[in-house]
Amino acid sequence: MLLVLEQCLNGLQFGLLLFLLAAGLTLVFGIMDLVNLAHGSLYMMGAYFAATFCAFTGSFVLGAILALIATLLLGIVLELVALRPLYGRDHLDHVLGTFGLILFFNELVRLVWGPAGLTLPLPASLGTHVALLPGLAYPTYRLMIIAVSLVVAAFLYWLVMRTRLGMLIRAGASNREMVGALGIDIRLLYTLLFGLGAALAALAGLMQAPILTVQIGMGENILILAFVVIVIGGIGSIRGALFAAVFVGLVDTLGRAFLPDLLHLMLSATAAATIGRAVSSMLIYVLMAAVLALRPEGLFPVGSR
Amino acid sequence: MSAAIDARNLVVGVLLAALALLPVYAHAAGDAFALSLFTRIVILALAATSLNLILGYGGMVSFGHAAYLGIGGYAVGILADSGIVSGFVQWPVALAVSAVAALAIGALSLRSRGVYFIMITLAFAQMLYYVASGLDQYGGDDGLTINSRSRFAGLIDLSDRTQFYYLCLALLLAAIALCWRLMNARFGMVIRGARANDRRMRAIGFPTFRYRLVCFVIAGTLCGLAGALLANHTDFVSPAVMFWTRSGDLIVMVVFGGMGSLFGPLMGAIAYLVLEEALSRVTEYWQIILGPMLLLIVLFARGGIDGLLGSLGRG
Amino acid sequence: MRIEGLAKRFGGIAATDDISLDLAAGELHAVIGPNGAGKSTLLAQLAGEIRPDAGRIRFAGRDITALPMHRRSAVGLARSFQITSVFAELTALDNVALAVQAHAGHSFRFWRDARRERALRDPARRALDRVGLAERAEVPAEALSHGEQRQLEIAMALATGPRLLLLDEPMAGMGPRESAAMVALLRALKAELTILLVEHDMEAVFALADRVTVLVDGRIIASGGPDAVRRNAEVRRAYLGEDAGEALADG
Repeated sequence: MLLVLEQCLNGLQFGLLLFLLAAGLTLVFGIMDLVNLAHGSLYMMGAYFAATFCAFTGSFVLGAILALIATLLLGIVLELVALRPLYGRDHLDHVLGTFGLILFFNELVRLVWGPAGLTLPLPASLGTHVALLPGLAYPTYRLMIIAVSLVVAAFLYWLVMRTRLGMLIRAGASNREMVGALGIDIRLLYTLLFGLGAALAALAGLMQAPILTVQIGMGENILILAFVVIVIGGIGSIRGALFAAVFVGLVDTLGRAFLPDLLHLMLSATAAATIGRAVSSMLIYVLMAAVLALRPEGLFPVGSR
Repeated sequence: MSAAIDARNLVVGVLLAALALLPVYAHAAGDAFALSLFTRIVILALAATSLNLILGYGGMVSFGHAAYLGIGGYAVGILADSGIVSGFVQWPVALAVSAVAALAIGALSLRSRGVYFIMITLAFAQMLYYVASGLDQYGGDDGLTINSRSRFAGLIDLSDRTQFYYLCLALLLAAIALCWRLMNARFGMVIRGARANDRRMRAIGFPTFRYRLVCFVIAGTLCGLAGALLANHTDFVSPAVMFWTRSGDLIVMVVFGGMGSLFGPLMGAIAYLVLEEALSRVTEYWQIILGPMLLLIVLFARGGIDGLLGSLGRG
Repeated sequence: MRIEGLAKRFGGIAATDDISLDLAAGELHAVIGPNGAGKSTLLAQLAGEIRPDAGRIRFAGRDITALPMHRRSAVGLARSFQITSVFAELTALDNVALAVQAHAGHSFRFWRDARRERALRDPARRALDRVGLAERAEVPAEALSHGEQRQLEIAMALATGPRLLLLDEPMAGMGPRESAAMVALLRALKAELTILLVEHDMEAVFALADRVTVLVDGRIIASGGPDAVRRNAEVRRAYLGEDAGEALADG
């Protein structure tokens, strides 16, 4: 039972990380109609920057803040230089152009930091455990991830629902031309939005760094999951992204943790292990395929938010 | 107008002649590497040609096309591993499994449009990737070595690199000829119309879904053939050949060469792979150049090589 | 065609509300109304693009309410689009040939060159000829002028050999000379087909229509001969406001 609880917390934590990534992606896609495959690259850059700055300054927090700023700036530069020309074009053009950017960033990282990847050590103060329940000692760091992500989620909610900027975001999602016609500098809005997305991706990247990985190509693997999240949650919807991300995180984590054992009840040990591993990796994709097979426009099609 | 045709025809003619004579050069110069490289190019050109059917002519952006390379490859590999080395069995199986997979994937995916379609095809490709990774008895992540090339009862010896090259080239040309007839026939007109304006097509009375599905299956089957060839060429097959970024490579080749043109995919495959070779000699970090180049092509040379040749003639 | 009690809601708004209409064979029936009145929604339901929430559509004795869009042309219904919706990269002739192809058996033909099939090309040329685009047959659709594209739209609708033509603002965006040409074309077609015309161009409407129906907020407020409708006080008021109603009467 405690094991299940622990895995649920892990699922929640993973889901919230996914949310950070997906939130930026869905904002950019929903408002700016830009399919950005290079979003995963920003996630990777956040992790690499954090590892570098933390080693340089000796402080996790300081390194994290510097990494966020660096990735934010990188995102803005990217938007101005490479992405602006893509607005209004076919989605295929976006896919191809940003695919090129993925190649570029992966090689750039290899050039600057080498092929081996980096490590970002867990800050000592957070390396402890918290006894949530008798017998369930959960890592403090993971709790921190959950806490930070929820704070960010609340911030985003406030931003989108309670501020003028948020109003523009919501308006822009349903009627791009209108917002432009209102005399709002749409280009500035887009740049800010993209920067926000980049910062969110960087936050996710740097937070997962101590417990998961800092390596080339880490963006591609998680990017697809982020897309699954926004397809399920609805493009342009932050709230949808939150629910879908947590859902996906739970399904993925619990599936990987328990599916082999469940199968073991029915099959031999080796078969269960093999099939279990394969199926639990596939689980999310099966989910997305099922959603789209039933609802080709996604669960929450644009326009019905 | 005739000038435009001449520029294109000239380049295509030269390319085909060069491809036909390549083994002669390779023998004379003792350059086995060139032969190997161009065999790979021809095989991937076949894969790109199949993708062009649905992407270039049909407007269906499938980010999961490399899955069929894997299916074809694994069909050959698994059968070989089980002792069945006859090409007469392996290759039809590869084609059949690819066709069935394409039918299933297409039936589920084709009702989705735009980015949803991209995502769902990507999802299916990843699923197959993970299935292959989980096949421990066939190497899993490490892949499966194929000890013997497909045998065709003495008709042709695939381990003879020259014979193999000419077989691949012949199959590529056959595929291109097939596309030519297909896209100019009634079927092709429906596919092109559906790309230009699907809503209008349905309004005038075409149930476009079934035509797209058939096109999707044909494309998947042809790519499965390429997969079987690739497995023979490398004597190896692994899940990596199906990873979604490989599908991205194929899309790049089609776009590079010019979407919806007959010889575009071939030109695109040559350009992409030769560029990859050339750039990697200049620098180990050649993708730093390729990446932005791709973006620039998307922005400024959208019609690909075929488009450039076309405007050369007009300009 | 008989339309009974057609209704369609989007969210809280009734786009079409209890619309009932009879179309006599061979007549040209115009549907007019201010913006947002529900004209396009009505047309979309008749064409099969949208499913009505309530009501029936009967055509030539058959209930076609649930018939999918791609089958309606087979029963003799054809439609043109408000926003020009042609196959841009294909030539005008290819465009119309496609429309013919839709009704010339199945299209799972993989070998024969479709551009050489007389069975497709000849009717296509005839349709182009009828709308006056015979000389522009080999021009890519995107290179045609706006007015010519609207003509192409009609040619494509005609290619299916319909009995009832649903025209969605064929005059949209046309200058006076092009409009006059279109009116002449429609007058010529009137003799052979039943036409339901949704239009804003009042000159054209009153020049062509046998009967006029006025839609406001999804409901029919008047229907009958053009002169009667023109003089209808409610129509004047709803459409243009009290004073401008005089302009409508003068016409």
